[in-house]
Amino acid sequence: MVKSLLLPLYRLKSQPRLWPIRDHLALWAGLLALILELSLRSSGLHPAVERPYFQYFLILTLVYFAGWPLIARSPAQRAKMLNKDNFYAVAFLFLSALNLATSKYTLIPAIFFPTPDRILAVLVEDFNYLILECLFSSGKLLLTGFFSGALAGLITGVAIGFSKPAAYWLNPLIKILGPIPPTAWIPIVLVAFPTTWTGAVFLIALSVWFPTSVMTSSGILNVQNAYFEVSSALGAKRIYQIFLVGIPAAMPLIFTGLFSGACSSFLTLMTAEMVGVKNGIGWYINWQREMLSYANVYAGLIVIAISFYSLITLFFKIRDRVLVWQKGMIKW
Amino acid sequence: MVATNVAERVRTRGVIDIKSVSKTYPHPDGSEVLALAKVDLTIAAGEYVSLIGPSGCGKSTLLRLIAGLEKASSGALELDGQVIDGPDADRGLAFQNPFLFPWLNIHNNVAFGLRARRVYHQQKHLVGQFLELVGLGKFGQVYPHHLSGGMAQRASLARALINNPRVLLLDEPLGALDAFTRMTMQDEILRIRAENQITMLMVTHDVDEAIYLSDRVVVMTPGPGQVETVLNIPFPRPRARNNPDFLSLRSQILEILNFAGQVEEPAYHI
Repeated sequence: MVKSLLLPLYRLKSQPRLWPIRDHLALWAGLLALILELSLRSSGLHPAVERPYFQYFLILTLVYFAGWPLIARSPAQRAKMLNKDNFYAVAFLFLSALNLATSKYTLIPAIFFPTPDRILAVLVEDFNYLILECLFSSGKLLLTGFFSGALAGLITGVAIGFSKPAAYWLNPLIKILGPIPPTAWIPIVLVAFPTTWTGAVFLIALSVWFPTSVMTSSGILNVQNAYFEVSSALGAKRIYQIFLVGIPAAMPLIFTGLFSGACSSFLTLMTAEMVGVKNGIGWYINWQREMLSYANVYAGLIVIAISFYSLITLFFKIRDRVLVWQKGMIKW
Repeated sequence: MVATNVAERVRTRGVIDIKSVSKTYPHPDGSEVLALAKVDLTIAAGEYVSLIGPSGCGKSTLLRLIAGLEKASSGALELDGQVIDGPDADRGLAFQNPFLFPWLNIHNNVAFGLRARRVYHQQKHLVGQFLELVGLGKFGQVYPHHLSGGMAQRASLARALINNPRVLLLDEPLGALDAFTRMTMQDEILRIRAENQITMLMVTHDVDEAIYLSDRVVVMTPGPGQVETVLNIPFPRPRARNNPDFLSLRSQILEILNFAGQVEEPAYHI
């Protein structure tokens, strides 16, 4: 009798659960973070924020983590999410620890370690200035410098790879000038260029030019001669061999050069903005640091992390598309 | 039935004249190494000629000279009366390693010669035809690293043939293949040749292969590289691999190359 009354409950239990704890640690860790945030009182040592941004953030991410099992239909999608689950769980635990150490108990200096609430507040309230103006200005500078440096590097690299006279005159230049860190040029660049902006473009281009040039030329010089022999026996003239044999064959190394160029261009961009260019994310961070607004500094760092991560991801997407012919590529 | 009698051919496209050609290479110690010494050879239009000999006999050097990849130190090489001066599309080339361009799919590998000669838009229908010819009709969109050795070699033949060359130069084209693929490919080459009527010059280490495929076998010896003997292979095609007459030719070639070996008569019998 009792058992028959409880039967619906048994049935409920025997059904596969949508959110088993073992597979959904992130969801439960996020819930814990939200409960801690709501139940504990803040120490009052941090400036108050207008709105509880951290709560908003946690609720939004919780909705996401509770919702994906309903949206992800294919086993592949589910497996992908489940694979990342532990990582997100630890990320939530870290955020909780940070929240406790700053907002709730203020275990670390309040001025240098703002609450998650305040960092999120900067991202939201300073959006127009930080994202639209500073990020746009940094992006413009970075892309102008990157593409001019990449183009110059490709041209000198191809010239060195294919022409003996070019190699004779350019190689020493690259060997001597290349290893100088681009930022060491700042004292000269600041006086030699008409504006600091053009100077900064030059520095970023320089940091991309060196690795691109070296990798392009060594890529071309390492192409097996038989490919050129075969192509010439197929009727290919010199120009055709350069563009349809030499450069494609060197592409894997060219991408390696562009990648290290991109990494060093990020560094150069930040330094150039902090030293000369009075604009952009790098300058924003430096300026906010001087004003001791560390919430803004962290917000700036988050913006940098997200945008550089996106750029590198985009870069590798393009590379994977171009190098689809390669066996066993290095994954990003 | 393939016309094997060279005299029957009316065409004169693809005649190679090698007139006392010598080739020296600089040696690291400053002296010069004579790789080829005064080689004279004429190859008729549509003929299948194999160069055979031990390594160092200059057979690959001779092939590279005809391809135009290297220049003769003395003497002259002519194709249909024109002096050979550098590589060109009229002499197709296939190596032991197929050297397909790994960044191009098979269709674009085969189309390379058309693009290089800027006739791709007028003649792109040929790509499919030549892929069919070598039995790779369904593999146009595949990249070279997905192909087996035999398939890659066939793709490389299609790539060379699409230019309608007068001569096809083959440097141990089947050397890297296993015995069965090799035999299939030998028949494949004969079939392609029957459909295209091209002069073929092949470097090989394999005596049986040379006899099975060729109209003439040029036996070369090293130190310095020179032509020792030219043997006619008089058998009509298609040839049977187990043709007993092959055997005497085989031992003849091996004897010239000093590889026949000697069976010592025992001194006495019990």
